[in-house]
Amino acid sequence: MAEFEPKIVAFVCNWCTYAGADLTGTSRIKYASNVRIVRFPCTGRIDYMLLIKAFDEGADGIIVSGCHPNDCHYTSGNFHARRRWMMFRSLADFMGVDIRRIKFSWVSAAEGAKWADIVNTTVTDIRALGPYTEYRKVSKGNIKEVANG
Amino acid sequence: MDELRKRAKELLEAGTVKVVIGYENGSAGKTRALFARNAAEADKLIFDSRCIMNLAAYLTKTEVKGIGKMAITAPLPAMRAIIQLASEFQVSDDKLMVLGLTPDAKMLEFKSLSEVEEYVHKSAIEIEAKYNEKLEKLNGMTPSERWNFWIGELSPCFKCYACRAACPMCYCHKCTVEFNQPQWIPVPSDDLGNLEWHMMRAIHLAGRCVDCDACYNACPLGIPLNLLTKRMLIDAKEYFGGYQPSIKADHLMSTYKPGDKDNFIM
Repeated sequence: MAEFEPKIVAFVCNWCTYAGADLTGTSRIKYASNVRIVRFPCTGRIDYMLLIKAFDEGADGIIVSGCHPNDCHYTSGNFHARRRWMMFRSLADFMGVDIRRIKFSWVSAAEGAKWADIVNTTVTDIRALGPYTEYRKVSKGNIKEVANG
Repeated sequence: MDELRKRAKELLEAGTVKVVIGYENGSAGKTRALFARNAAEADKLIFDSRCIMNLAAYLTKTEVKGIGKMAITAPLPAMRAIIQLASEFQVSDDKLMVLGLTPDAKMLEFKSLSEVEEYVHKSAIEIEAKYNEKLEKLNGMTPSERWNFWIGELSPCFKCYACRAACPMCYCHKCTVEFNQPQWIPVPSDDLGNLEWHMMRAIHLAGRCVDCDACYNACPLGIPLNLLTKRMLIDAKEYFGGYQPSIKADHLMSTYKPGDKDNFIM
């Protein structure tokens, strides 16, 4: 059997981390290809439900990243997001979700190297943890199809 | 008790309010909500230790608001809920009058919501000791054990949404659970879907929950849903110094401090 390749979903903000990830590419820094980037207008837009559903849809790890504090394009989106993540992370932990699989970070548009580093660390960590079947196996498989018509 | 009935009758007869929301005797020794619209009906008002449901949940219902100005009999948790609703612009002085109740059934008359707020602020939201023990036990488990605990507890849930109906803070006209494009949460009872539903409901109460236990009391299966909100009360205290519902203040999650301290963001 081939080595387990983790699926990582990254929810990033348009103004900092997405531009930072772009810089990683234009700087020709190589990093793991396991990450699927989803671009949002702001970290303040990243709903809790997206994180919960990502695991359900097959993600083994999640990266949530945006502008450093005080650098938000909309002034305060990341401050609101930070409060939300603090509460969400703690509640998810309390309900037994493996929070080692959710990484939060601040990556600015100038931090191409940091982005590569974060993706690589996450992939290494998730590879060690293995696929997140504990989460998915409790769902009654076919229900999703029925509910979605 | 007589004092409460007398005052309710006066208010209804004078036309100051159109309806008094209170408790009456229901079937099987339980109590239920009473919507007294005339003096005769006000005679049925009661208040004792069986009256645990949070009547503030009715204040945001269109059918009830449509009757006209309301008066509500409210013990402390309901008063807290009313203040939180006021801060979210769901109730106001011109539409609501509060007849407060002390645990020994004494009536407190408030002239305005700010007086209710003053009363509410005299005591902080405290988690009962018996819950602290349960929370400690859960905190001591490994994440896998906690996961199995919650999947086990939530698995019988058949999504009757009684917890949502009983909660004074759950007043959205369209709840996330009712969205079907995309279908965030599966409609049928499903172990993972149930967990998602309860996690979603709990997180939407972060910084707003007044710890009235209405969700737990309403659950026909006795699922300890209030442990989730209690855990968040503890977190809110640890991270942001706790909260009190206040008419003028934003709630915890709708505001921020540039200096909020986290220990996990890379």
